[in-house]
Amino acid sequence: MSGLVLAESGISAPGIYLGLGSFLIQFGNLIVIVLMIILFVGALFLPFPRGKDRK
Amino acid sequence: MTADGDPGTGIEAEPRFSTWTGKARGWMLHRLPPDKLLPEDQPSYVASWIYVFGMGAIAALVYIIVSGCVLALNGPAWYHVSGLGHFINSTHLWSVELFFMFMVIHLWGKYWMAAWRGGRVLTWITGMIAFVVSIVTAFTGYLLQTNFDSQWIAFQAKDALNAVGVGAWFNVANLGQILMWHITLLPLAVAGVVALHVLLVRMHGVVPPLEAAATDAQLQQDLPDSAAGEGKHL
Repeated sequence: MSGLVLAESGISAPGIYLGLGSFLIQFGNLIVIVLMIILFVGALFLPFPRGKDRK
Repeated sequence: MTADGDPGTGIEAEPRFSTWTGKARGWMLHRLPPDKLLPEDQPSYVASWIYVFGMGAIAALVYIIVSGCVLALNGPAWYHVSGLGHFINSTHLWSVELFFMFMVIHLWGKYWMAAWRGGRVLTWITGMIAFVVSIVTAFTGYLLQTNFDSQWIAFQAKDALNAVGVGAWFNVANLGQILMWHITLLPLAVAGVVALHVLLVRMHGVVPPLEAAATDAQLQQDLPDSAAGEGKHL
């Protein structure tokens, strides 16, 4: 409910931050970076479907 | 127009034009013939997931432009208030997220396969310019949220922009100016640079993997003229 009120008033929630020493990252940004690395590594190793009449 | 050929070899020389329109047509047909512009097939090494992210970024960009047109036609009084407006506004944001994710993975893939090989330097440079112009476009989009977030981002950014001396022409505190940048100049710039990037990819062909043999018949066929006789460019 408080999140809804914040959203309606245009004030963002503070968000979740993860830190290790001097390194600090917002949880949402971390998800995006990890997802990109998973997609990149997957693209390198996952087999590509072959077309029926591919030369 | 005249076309000289060698009757002994049967090879037709490049046609010679006398007008600038003819010369331009001849230059374009020579550099980008229709079968290169819209090919029916691709080399077998393109059958890998790492080659799909450039097209993924273009698909996301198309949706960004279409949803942006819908938002522009209806205006903030619609997309800040109505349910459908909120939805289209949100998909505009999320397609930008996908656009950047696909573009960055495309960049990683091309960097690690040294995609500037074989006369593809301009393709690489236009890709870099597209990335930078996209960042500026996305930045102006964040400023248009017209909430405390955008106000905070604008007043953090103004110091950086003033420090590099462009604050007088690119004033992030001027909402009207930023709106015009976001919906006219910057989308035109992104679309133009991306179109040039795609045309260069078609002219020079998709870059082969590093381990592809220089004698591969597919590569010999797709090489630009300047590199055809020099295997070292592969």
